[in-house]
Amino acid sequence: MSNETKADARRGRAASFLGGHWIYLFLALEIIYFSLRTGSFASLNALQILLYYGVQVFLLSMAELFVIVTGGIDLSVGYVLGFASIISIKLMEWLGPLGLGEPLTVLIGVCATLAVGLIPGLVNGWLVAYLKVPPFIATFAMLGVCHGVSELIINGVYAMGLPKLAADIGSGHFLYVTKGVPPSFFSRPVVDRGVKVLEIVPDIVVVTAVVVGIFAFVLARTRFGRHVYAIGGNIDAATRSGIPVKRRLLGVYALSSFLASLAGIVYAFMYVSGKADGGASLLLDAIAAVVIGGASLFGGTGTVLRTMIGALILAVLDLGLRMAGTPTFDKYIMVGVILIFAVVIERYMPEARK
Amino acid sequence: MNGQSAAAGTAGGFLETRTGRALASNWAACFLILMFAVFSLTSGSFLSVANFQNVIHLQTLPFLLAAGETFVIITGGIDLSVGFVTGLASVCAAKSIQVLLAAGMTATQSVALSLAGVLVLSALPGLVNGLVITKFRVPPFIATMGMWGIANGLALKISNGFPMTGLPDKLPEIGNGYLVYILPGQFVSFLSKPVGFANSRIRELLRLLPYSLPFILLVLAILAFALKRTRFGRHTYAIGGNVDAAVRSGISVDRHLVGVYVLSSLLAGMGGIFNVFQTGIGNYTTFNAQYEFFAIAAVVIGGASLAGGKGRIWSSAVGVLVLAFLENGLAISGVQPFYRYIAVGVLLVVAVVIDKIFPDLR
Amino acid sequence: MDYILETRGITKRFGGLTAVDGVSIGLRAGEALAVLGDNGAGKSTLIKVISGVHKPDEGEILIGGKPARIESPMDALAHGIETIYQDLALAENLDVGANIFLGRERMKRRLGFLKVLDDGGMADEARKVLDRLDIHIPSLRSTIRTLSGGQRQAVAISRSIYWDAKVLIMDEPTAALGVAEQKKVLNLVRTLKDQGIGIIIISHQMYDVFEVADRLAVMRRGLLVGERVVKDTTADEVVGLIVGSETVGKER
Repeated sequence: MSNETKADARRGRAASFLGGHWIYLFLALEIIYFSLRTGSFASLNALQILLYYGVQVFLLSMAELFVIVTGGIDLSVGYVLGFASIISIKLMEWLGPLGLGEPLTVLIGVCATLAVGLIPGLVNGWLVAYLKVPPFIATFAMLGVCHGVSELIINGVYAMGLPKLAADIGSGHFLYVTKGVPPSFFSRPVVDRGVKVLEIVPDIVVVTAVVVGIFAFVLARTRFGRHVYAIGGNIDAATRSGIPVKRRLLGVYALSSFLASLAGIVYAFMYVSGKADGGASLLLDAIAAVVIGGASLFGGTGTVLRTMIGALILAVLDLGLRMAGTPTFDKYIMVGVILIFAVVIERYMPEARK
Repeated sequence: MNGQSAAAGTAGGFLETRTGRALASNWAACFLILMFAVFSLTSGSFLSVANFQNVIHLQTLPFLLAAGETFVIITGGIDLSVGFVTGLASVCAAKSIQVLLAAGMTATQSVALSLAGVLVLSALPGLVNGLVITKFRVPPFIATMGMWGIANGLALKISNGFPMTGLPDKLPEIGNGYLVYILPGQFVSFLSKPVGFANSRIRELLRLLPYSLPFILLVLAILAFALKRTRFGRHTYAIGGNVDAAVRSGISVDRHLVGVYVLSSLLAGMGGIFNVFQTGIGNYTTFNAQYEFFAIAAVVIGGASLAGGKGRIWSSAVGVLVLAFLENGLAISGVQPFYRYIAVGVLLVVAVVIDKIFPDLR
Repeated sequence: MDYILETRGITKRFGGLTAVDGVSIGLRAGEALAVLGDNGAGKSTLIKVISGVHKPDEGEILIGGKPARIESPMDALAHGIETIYQDLALAENLDVGANIFLGRERMKRRLGFLKVLDDGGMADEARKVLDRLDIHIPSLRSTIRTLSGGQRQAVAISRSIYWDAKVLIMDEPTAALGVAEQKKVLNLVRTLKDQGIGIIIISHQMYDVFEVADRLAVMRRGLLVGERVVKDTTADEVVGLIVGSETVGKER
């Protein structure tokens, strides 16, 4: 190789590296910026708030990632979240008087909601894979249906009546550290007034982390995940290689709906109420997180880790702006700009394919 | 391929006939008529001049957005930012009027100036969209989603999250004015309520032809003409049909696309201004409004394909009417409006399936 | 030796690879020249140089005996060189007339000032050129999507003819067609030859070559390894040239 081409290759590799990893740099800079701007930003407390309120976006963006990797999109996740939040509370309300005891009520309620929450996804998947309806339309239709059904169920009133256990989980933490008392898990120690209790890692963050870990593994290391990438890369080649494309697509949309339902249940636990449009504004964030994380809307690329970084970038932005006292209006503008920026970088400094 | 072939097979015989094809290509209009029939039975007040006029009057914005979206979708793109550009225009118009009034201009001057200014300004989001899409090759979905956020943020900033009031009262009068006012058996007056007519007696008045009707008909007619009979329209279809063919035929695709997105955002701006006239205030667009989604739904129900190459202005207008009268009919019949969402979902899927079975329908 | 199109010593390199190496070839009016060669031989690149997609590193192109600057597809079109690519570049959602006039639509005046698409006029002109080429397409107003592969090929060819192509380059014209349609396209090529148009055909189909081509040129690894008059050669000899069991070429 001549000297020029060697230099070109080096430059190409550097650009490629930067293109693939700019999100880490950006996140770090963001954190530094906001820490300088507001002293209390760089604190355990702020971190926990960040993760706690970001849970829905983490789950929704992971849901969206799976679908986007296949080259599709799922516009219904926001309203599936709302739907699940309502159903979970209604179910537990209904189970309550049966006297099963709180733990069982909550467990059954959660499982039943997750089961019901698969339905929107299965319908989406069926429409996309078997009827060949474009994902945009199919999931948009489902968005409307979920919205309608949710509103019909609650009939204009907020759903309430969550068992106390659920609310406790929603606001509880994994670890409590108090001076002079042995650390306790999951349950808040009873202390005298004025004694400080250090709360570490909210329960729902733990749950989310576990779920994210599981699905990251599924996407990266299982045959299912491999097939998902293949479908997004070249659907014809995937079909011809014997991959059961239709079943996989069904699975992907069901998975998306499952995660959205989980997010809805978490929402219910956190806010002790269900709201039909509770997730409406989160759709943008979810898709933005995936795109910022480097996945292509045409499918075939993207990882859970990157998507989570993308979601973190948005969460940090949100919290940072709030703590700095800037009106959240700016947030929308910035998200829009970052989104476009992310895609442009991807185009000009594409990451070398594995 | 299973879904379509099965459906096509069973319905095959009928659908091959001329009537079958005619029905399928105009299914949205047929559905509209069907709805009219059903709703006039379920509710006494559905089939009334007042109701119809009211619905159409309120659809002015959706008509404008759907028309703009039609152009964009035909090129194979999509514009998710229109709802928020509308809000931005509404807010900017209100702000501008407020500022000019405070600076001492008359109501007419400040309104006229603001209108002109905001109209020109509303080309900007479209310009940005178009440039980002063509120069940076950002997919339209993302680019307009980005603008979605930016326009929304700007609108919120300018309005501080509150509706902007303090505008001349004449505005909603014009915005909601009718061409003809008839007091049955007594008199007829044109362009404005009869002088000295008490507002308390307004229900006795028969109002015909809201200003918005000729306005929207004119705009739609111009756009339909542009799409069907000008080079611009022809090239729009060509780009949607085969971008390579368009490029190789010497069409400057990039410039054209920018033009299409500018058109879309101009129409959204027009809609925002119209909103100020209708409501008398300037307001940002809430997330719930989902203007852009309904515009896109209307266009798809009207027969366009998201892949591009198909679509018509009047068909999209029918799509808007289908969605509007669906909601109206359900509300008037006392049915929970939330069924509307479900119905829209089903309609969309039907639209797409029909499109798949008959890809050649014009 | 009146060539309407001639290349002299065209060389095109991509990085370290020489795709086309000093190729000199000529095309006469009313003649069909087939360019043959295995994959990677350089046929497509040569064609792209002639049609302005690539700029040659060395060599020149002469049109009607005079050197011509072809630095973009527009330049090639302006010189009357039209290329029909394998994917035909037709807009599926438009009709025959619209496709033939794509980018150069005819307008007419309405109400004195309004310029409007002259769809009727374009359809008439389309009908005329289709008739001239003896192509039968029953309905001109239905979209291209409803036409068969051969009919689409015919429309693409008509488009070039309408705009007075002097040189028509066809890349694998019969590749995706059934037997009956292949015959139709070959007939079309003969008709074009009769009208004095020079045609360059890239093809893998030996049958087509021997049916319509007057001369053929074989490329291998960027070099022009042989030119033959079709009448005076055999398929075996040609295959040999393509594959390389015989090398009759320029000494470098």
